[in-house]
Amino acid sequence: MRTSYKISRNIDWVTIGLYGLMVMLGWMNIYAAVYNPEHVTSIFDFTLNSGKQLAWIGTSVVIIVMLFAIDYKAYDSLAYAIYGLVILVLLGTLLLASPIKGSRSWLVITDTVRLQPAEFAKFATALAVSKFMSSINLRQQNWKDQAKLAGMALLPPIIIILQNETGSALVFGAFTLAFFREGMSPLILIIGAVAVFIFILTLLIPQWYLAGALTVLMGAYLWLNFHRLKRHLAMYVGIWAAVLIMVFSVTYFIDNVLQEHQQNRIKVLVDPEVDPLGVGWNVTQSKIAIGSGGFFGKGFLEGTQTKFDFVPEQSTDFIFCTVGEEHGWIGSLVIIGLFIALLMRIVFVAERQRSVFGRTYGYCVASIIFFHFLVNVGMTIGLAPVVGIPLPFFSYGGSSLWSFTILLFILLAIDAHRKLDLGRG
Amino acid sequence: MNYLESRKYVIQAIFIAIGAVYLIKLFYIQVLDDSYKTAAESNAVRPVIQYPFRGLVYDRHGTLLVENTPVYDLMVVPKEAKAIDTLKFCQLVGITLPEYREKIAAAKKYSYVKPSPFLQRLSNTEFAAIQDNLVDFPGFYINARTVRGYPHQSLAHALGYIGEISPLQLEDTTYRGYRQGDYLGISGIEREYEKFLMGKRGVKYTMVNVRGIEKGSFKDGAYDTLSEAGQNLVTTIDLKLQQYGELLMSGGKVGSIVAIEPKTGEILALVSAPYFDPSMLTGKELGNNYMKLLNDPTKPLFNRPLMATYPPGSIFKLAQALIAMQEGVLTPNTGYPCNWSLVKCSHRHEYPANLNIAIENSCNPYFYQVFRSVVNRGKYRNIYEDARQGLDNWNRHIKSFGFASHLNIDLPGEKKGLMPNSQFYDRIYKRDGWKFPTIYSVSIGQGETGVTPLQMANFAATIANRGFYYKPHIVRSVGEKGKPLPEYSVKNYTSVNPRYFPPVIEGMQLVVDKGTGRNASLKHIGVVVCGKTGTVQNPHGKDHSVFIAFAPKDDPKIAIAVYVENAGGGAIAAAPMASLMMEKYLTDTVTTAYRKRWEADMISGGFYKWGK
Repeated sequence: MRTSYKISRNIDWVTIGLYGLMVMLGWMNIYAAVYNPEHVTSIFDFTLNSGKQLAWIGTSVVIIVMLFAIDYKAYDSLAYAIYGLVILVLLGTLLLASPIKGSRSWLVITDTVRLQPAEFAKFATALAVSKFMSSINLRQQNWKDQAKLAGMALLPPIIIILQNETGSALVFGAFTLAFFREGMSPLILIIGAVAVFIFILTLLIPQWYLAGALTVLMGAYLWLNFHRLKRHLAMYVGIWAAVLIMVFSVTYFIDNVLQEHQQNRIKVLVDPEVDPLGVGWNVTQSKIAIGSGGFFGKGFLEGTQTKFDFVPEQSTDFIFCTVGEEHGWIGSLVIIGLFIALLMRIVFVAERQRSVFGRTYGYCVASIIFFHFLVNVGMTIGLAPVVGIPLPFFSYGGSSLWSFTILLFILLAIDAHRKLDLGRG
Repeated sequence: MNYLESRKYVIQAIFIAIGAVYLIKLFYIQVLDDSYKTAAESNAVRPVIQYPFRGLVYDRHGTLLVENTPVYDLMVVPKEAKAIDTLKFCQLVGITLPEYREKIAAAKKYSYVKPSPFLQRLSNTEFAAIQDNLVDFPGFYINARTVRGYPHQSLAHALGYIGEISPLQLEDTTYRGYRQGDYLGISGIEREYEKFLMGKRGVKYTMVNVRGIEKGSFKDGAYDTLSEAGQNLVTTIDLKLQQYGELLMSGGKVGSIVAIEPKTGEILALVSAPYFDPSMLTGKELGNNYMKLLNDPTKPLFNRPLMATYPPGSIFKLAQALIAMQEGVLTPNTGYPCNWSLVKCSHRHEYPANLNIAIENSCNPYFYQVFRSVVNRGKYRNIYEDARQGLDNWNRHIKSFGFASHLNIDLPGEKKGLMPNSQFYDRIYKRDGWKFPTIYSVSIGQGETGVTPLQMANFAATIANRGFYYKPHIVRSVGEKGKPLPEYSVKNYTSVNPRYFPPVIEGMQLVVDKGTGRNASLKHIGVVVCGKTGTVQNPHGKDHSVFIAFAPKDDPKIAIAVYVENAGGGAIAAAPMASLMMEKYLTDTVTTAYRKRWEADMISGGFYKWGK
C-alpha cells in the first residue's frame, strides 16, 4: 500500500455513523429489557446483558481497527482460505460440540463465553461467493459455474441445519438477492415470490380447495383468451402443473418434513391458537408489548410488558418489543428508518466499487442484513414465522454483534481502498 | 448504466416496500387497535395449566389398581405478592419467617412474574384452613393437582411410578411438550404407556390486575384449551393371584413368580421379591423412599421376572428333549444308561429306559447323552467343526422358544438372557479350542445359560400350547372397550414340530404324579398338573429352587414359573408354591387343612426344614 494514500479520507463515514447510532440504541434497549424497577442496577453492571453487551461493543471497535489495518487485498486473495477454515470449524462443532438446547452449534470458550461459528459463516460465504463471482460471468449460461456457486452458498447452511440451527441456515437464502444483481435470472426471484404467496395461501385454504380454485382460474383464463394463447398452450399447462405440485409439496413439507415445533411456528402466523403455551404465547405477548406502546411509547425504562419474562428472549431475538413498547410508533419508525437508510447506503457503496468482487460483496452484506431485519421484526409483529435469528446491531449477543461488525466493516475496508483498485469488472 | 445496474432499483424497492409494510402494520397495532393496550393494562395474563386426569389402571376383573388422589399446591407469583402481612401469612401456613424469605427468594429466582410452587402437597386440612383466608394475600393461590394413589399394595414393579421430568429430559427433543415440573412415567406401565396415560394438558389464561385480583379470562377464553383425561388401561393381572404370590414370597425371600394364561399370553401374576408398597414412590416422600430402596442390599427395585437371568437348571431338559426329537436323534423310546461317570445324577433311580422315565427322575446322564447326540452329529470329520455346526443348529432351535432374545413384553427393562453359540465359545476358548465335553453342562441348564423367569413361564406356556406361544403382555387394552393389539393374537411357533410335545408332556405329568415334583400335585381338586423341577447349583450359597408347570393338562388355563433363590431343591419351595398358586387361580381359594399348613410353611419359610 502506498503510504501517501490516506484511507481516512475515503472511509464511508455515513455508514459508520449509522452503525454507531444503531449499536448505541441497541445497547440502551438491552438495558431497558433487563431493567428491573425493584432492583435498579447500572447499565454498566457486568452481570447483566447490558454490561456484557458494552464489552462486546468495545471488542467490536478493536475488531474494526484490525479490519482496517489488514491489507485490503487480503480479503480478496484469502477469501477461499477463510471460507475453508469456517467450513472446517462448522464441521468440527457439529461433530465435537456437546448439544446446548438440542443444538450442536456452540463453541464453549468459558462457562459464560461461547461462540456460534454459524454466525461467522455468513461473511466467510459472502467473501467466497464474491470472489467466485468476480471470476465468472453469471449471465453466460454456464451451468457448471452456476452449480459451483450454488454449492458454495449451500454447503454452510446444510451443515448448520445438521447442527439443528435451522433459523441461521435460512439466512443463506438471502444471497439470491445479490446473485440477482449480478445477473441471475429474475425468474428465480419471481418463482420465489410466487412460492411464498402459495405458501401463505396453503395455510389459509385446504390444499384440495386451493388446487381446485387455481385450476378453475387457469382454465377460465385459457378459455377466454384461447386464440391468443393457444400457441403457448404447453407452457401454460406446464405452469399450471408446476403450481399444483407446489401447492401439494408445500403441504407435504409442512406436515411431514418439519418437526412439530417448526410447524407451529409457521401455523401460528394465521392461527394464534396453535401451541398457545409455546410459540403462540410468545407472539401474543410480543404483540401486546409492541401494541401497548401507542404512538409515542411509554418512555425509556417505563415499559411493563418487556420487563421480566412476559416476552421471552427479550434482549436477544425479541429486542424490537422493547423499542415498540417504550418508544411507540415513533421509535419503530426511527429503527426501521435507520435500517432502510443503512441498506440504501450499502447499495450505494456497493455500486461505486470498481471490482465485481467488491460490488458483489456489498450486495451480500445488504442482503444478509435485510433478511435478518425482515424476519426478526416480522416475527415480533406476527408477519413472519418465529425464527430465532437476531436483529443486527440491536440484539444482545457477542457472536451476532461481532459477525455483523466484521461483515459490514470488511465492506468499508474494501471501499476505503476503492480508488486503488484498477477495476476488473 | 447497463441493464444489470438498473436492477439496484428493484432491490431498493424491495427494501423500501418491506419497511413501509412493517410501518403500516405497526401503525395498526400500536395506534389504531386498542385491544393490546387493554391487555397490557390488565397487567398480567396468567396461564393456569389445567392438568389432565391421568389414566387409571385396572386388573383383568376390573379392580382398580392405580387411581388419582388430589393434592393441593400453594402457588406464588412474587411480583404480586408484595404488600402482604408476612407474619400473619406465616402463621396461616405454619412456617417461620426465615423459611418464608427463603421460599420467596427461590420463587423469584425461577421467575418474578410466573407462578411457582410455594408449598407443595398440602394435606386436606391444611388446604381447607389456607383456602378460606387466601383472599388477604394477593399473589398466592391454590393449584389443585393429582398424584397417583394405590388402593392395593401390590404389583409395584410392573405398575412403575411417575416422577418430575428431569432437566436432561427437558432438553431432549423427544420430550417436547413437557414443561418444568411436569410428571411423567419413570418405570413400569407408567412409562411404557405414558402417551396414553398422560392425557392432554389444557391452559386457561386469566387476566390479573396490579393487585393480583383476577379480572376474568383473557380475550373471553379464546386462547384457552381444555384438558383431556388420559386413557384408562385394563391389565391382564389377576389381583387376587398377584397378592397371593406376593404373600407366598414375603418375609425376605428373593425370587420371582410369573403366571401366564397360555391361550392368550396374558400375564396373570408377575411377582418380584423382595417387593415394596407402590405408594412409597408417590407423594412427598418419593425421593427419600427411592434412595432407601435403591440402597437396600436386597435390591427391591430390581424387577427380577424381567431383569434377573439365571441358569434354568433341570427344567431345561424339556427343551433338550424337544430339540433332539426334532433333529431325529431321540425318540420317546430311546434309553440311555444313568452313567455317573459322565455327570452325577441327583439321586439313585430306575434305569431310564425311555424319555418319560428320564424326565420323571430328571436324570442328568441321560440328558448329557441327549445333548451330545444333538451337538455331535458326525457330519464333519473335524470334531471341532462338528461341534460348532451342531451347537449352532441347536442354538437356532432354542432361540425359537424365546430364549436369548427379548420377548418384547410391554414393560421396560427386559433382559435377553444367554444361550451360547459357536462364536460365544470361540471367544472364550479360541476356534477349535472346545468340543462337546467343554460345554456339556448346558445339557442340564447349567453353565453358560441365562434365562429370565418370564422366559421360563413363557416356556411352560409354549409346552402347554403344544408348540407355540403368544407374546406375553400385561396390558390387555387401552380404554375399557379397547381391543388387544393385533400382535398379541399371532401364534409364535417354535422350530420344533408340535407332534413332539405330547411325549414331553406325558413326562411332565409323571414328574408331578410320582417323580421329583410330587409336591406340586393337585389331585385333591382333581386337576392334572404337568411340571418340571429344577435345582440350580449356586456357587455363592444354597441352591436355587425352580419349578415350571401348567394345568390342567388337557385344557391349560395357567402356566407358571417359580424361582426362589437359595431355597434348595426345586421340590422344596418352588413346586409347592406353584401348586398353591395354580390352586388359587383355578378354584379361587386354598382351603383344605394340609394345604393351609403348606401355605403357612411357604409364607414363614418353614419349607427350609423340608430338605433336612
